[in-house]
Amino acid sequence: MIDPSNTAIAINGLKKSFEETEAVRGVNLTISKGEMFGLVGPDGAGKTTLIRMLCGILVPTEGNATILGYDLATELNSIKPKIGYLSQRFSLYPDLSIDENIEFFAEIHEVKGYEARRNELLEFTRLTPFRDRLADKLSGGMKQKLALAATLIHKPEIIFLDEPTTGVDPVSRREFWKILSSLLEEGITILMATPYLDEAERCSRVGLMSNGQILLADTPQQVKRQMKGSVLEVIPSNLNKATDTLKKYSEVIEVQTFGDRINVVVEGNVAADTLTGWLSKAGVETKMIRNIQPSLENVFIALLRERSEEEPAHA
Amino acid sequence: MRTLLHMLRKEFLQLRRDPRIVQLILIGPIAQLLLFGYAINMDVNTVPVVVCDMDHSIESHDLIARFSNSGYFPIVGYVDKLSDVDPYIDRSKASLALIIPENFGRDIKRNASVPLPVIVDGSESNSASVGLNYAGAIIAGYSQNILVQNFSRRGFGGLHPIQVIPEVRVWYNPELKSRNFLVPGILGTLLLQATVLLTALAIVKEKESGTMEQLIVTPIKPYQIIIGKLAPFFIIGAIDIVLAIAGTTIVLGIPVRGSIWLLGGLSLLFIMTTLGLGLFVSTVSQTQQQAMMTTIFFLIMPMNFLSGFIFPIENMPKIIQYVTYLLPLRYFFEIIRDVFLRGVGFDVLWPQALALFIFGVCILTLASLRFRKKLA
Repeated sequence: MIDPSNTAIAINGLKKSFEETEAVRGVNLTISKGEMFGLVGPDGAGKTTLIRMLCGILVPTEGNATILGYDLATELNSIKPKIGYLSQRFSLYPDLSIDENIEFFAEIHEVKGYEARRNELLEFTRLTPFRDRLADKLSGGMKQKLALAATLIHKPEIIFLDEPTTGVDPVSRREFWKILSSLLEEGITILMATPYLDEAERCSRVGLMSNGQILLADTPQQVKRQMKGSVLEVIPSNLNKATDTLKKYSEVIEVQTFGDRINVVVEGNVAADTLTGWLSKAGVETKMIRNIQPSLENVFIALLRERSEEEPAHA
Repeated sequence: MRTLLHMLRKEFLQLRRDPRIVQLILIGPIAQLLLFGYAINMDVNTVPVVVCDMDHSIESHDLIARFSNSGYFPIVGYVDKLSDVDPYIDRSKASLALIIPENFGRDIKRNASVPLPVIVDGSESNSASVGLNYAGAIIAGYSQNILVQNFSRRGFGGLHPIQVIPEVRVWYNPELKSRNFLVPGILGTLLLQATVLLTALAIVKEKESGTMEQLIVTPIKPYQIIIGKLAPFFIIGAIDIVLAIAGTTIVLGIPVRGSIWLLGGLSLLFIMTTLGLGLFVSTVSQTQQQAMMTTIFFLIMPMNFLSGFIFPIENMPKIIQYVTYLLPLRYFFEIIRDVFLRGVGFDVLWPQALALFIFGVCILTLASLRFRKKLA
């Protein structure tokens, strides 16, 4: 199944411990070239640590990885010219302008004739009108686009993005994603950590990370198929009472509230009528009920819950 | 090599845009020169005196006149009662009280030894001891005069007491002005503050803002980052050397007896050690605030106190004296003093130069290794 010449990243038993905590506890993962891999998971799951190890910022405690065929431990200098890294928060020079920031990163990457590429990237990120502005004076979304442009100046083959759209307004987020899509068309490999499951949904594969381990990695469709049971969307007459009522039944795995409606995750064989019956018995009227596709969120929450029930020590 | 040039260009660009830069390069040296040049003076020129004359005789008036004519003792008040002396001393109006007891004149004429109480405000020990010395000399002169008069009254007119008179010649700083030592010393304190602190802050700033991480992901080498970070502050240090030497000699009129070039060259050697210290501080600090605290409390303060600038090293306990050998500022102060005041050359100063060189190489190596390790 895995063609080594087509492998962008191969992670083999990677571990990282900081003094007392084990942030990454043995990760195995293979990402093909041209893939967009989304890493999701709760805060503190080890996503950032994993990405920082793959970029050479942190040295793994154990295990190894190869990036584009180069060994992470011994051939870092061959890897660096081929990768780009965008960190969680804006980390370019605030006292340099857009042009100067990109120019600096072009120069230390020894990119010759970077001007054309820079114009192209500024056009691409729609930053051209602001090119002489100091980075400090840019809005959050513009800063992130600038950081991406600086990351792309040397035409990396893989980019590592650590929650690139956190704190960015929805319009800028959409623009950012457009840029990522066109990058994918050019054949770049993207590994991104994201807290947004709608973003993960757009990735070619997603990995659920928890407690320093990757619980599963597959296409969004396949992940959803892992869901045991189904999801019912209900608009009840009394939200709180409905929630309390349903939670008492052992067939109900989970109840989530979304505004005036609730999503009820139930074991496979529970029908909509059964649910309506339970509710009316408690005096709650069902205004609407329908079967819906489980979202990644439903799946992940169910998986994480299962996991914490299996190993309460790590919960 | 090209990467290094790009790194340097970026550093200078950022430095030029730093709004604090004028303040750091110019205001610091000028403020310190003025402070040390005009305000701070450890020499004791005058000792205000309050006189309690309970005798009012010719002899007591003669003694008081000797005090007031000496030029060192402005008389700030005359009182008649001993208890009236207290407010003068308590309120620091007078540092010394001369108390002439009743029958002072009569006892002298009777040829009896007369005790002469002198009260000194010891809370300022430096002025007190100088004042006591001056007063002792005046009183000794006075009593010798009495002796001579006595001889002549008894008919031994030609007889003079034999005296040994020291002819003191003060070398290097004939007027014994503390200013002549303190002002050139600014060169040392100034360079220490400017270079250690600025270097450490500039590096820690990149850590804080996350740009250091961004640099690690690029092919730039650690040594290129280090040189790029240190070079601008080497140049700022060099500018401060020129400013401090020019200010000391031209503005404050303190001549350099030795070679200015030797002083400049050894100052650059000193900067090497301070840049190393700055780099080291940056490897032990996570935030700019930490870097600032570490530099001020663990480097600048102890070095200023222990390097012989303010307090003489010979007066320190032996164990502390050994510690001072580890302070580069100690050697640099010796160099400054020797070139400015003694006018000696490299043939005398080479041990200090060698000490600075060894310290510089060690701290730069140690700090660079730590820096590289932190990056990895």
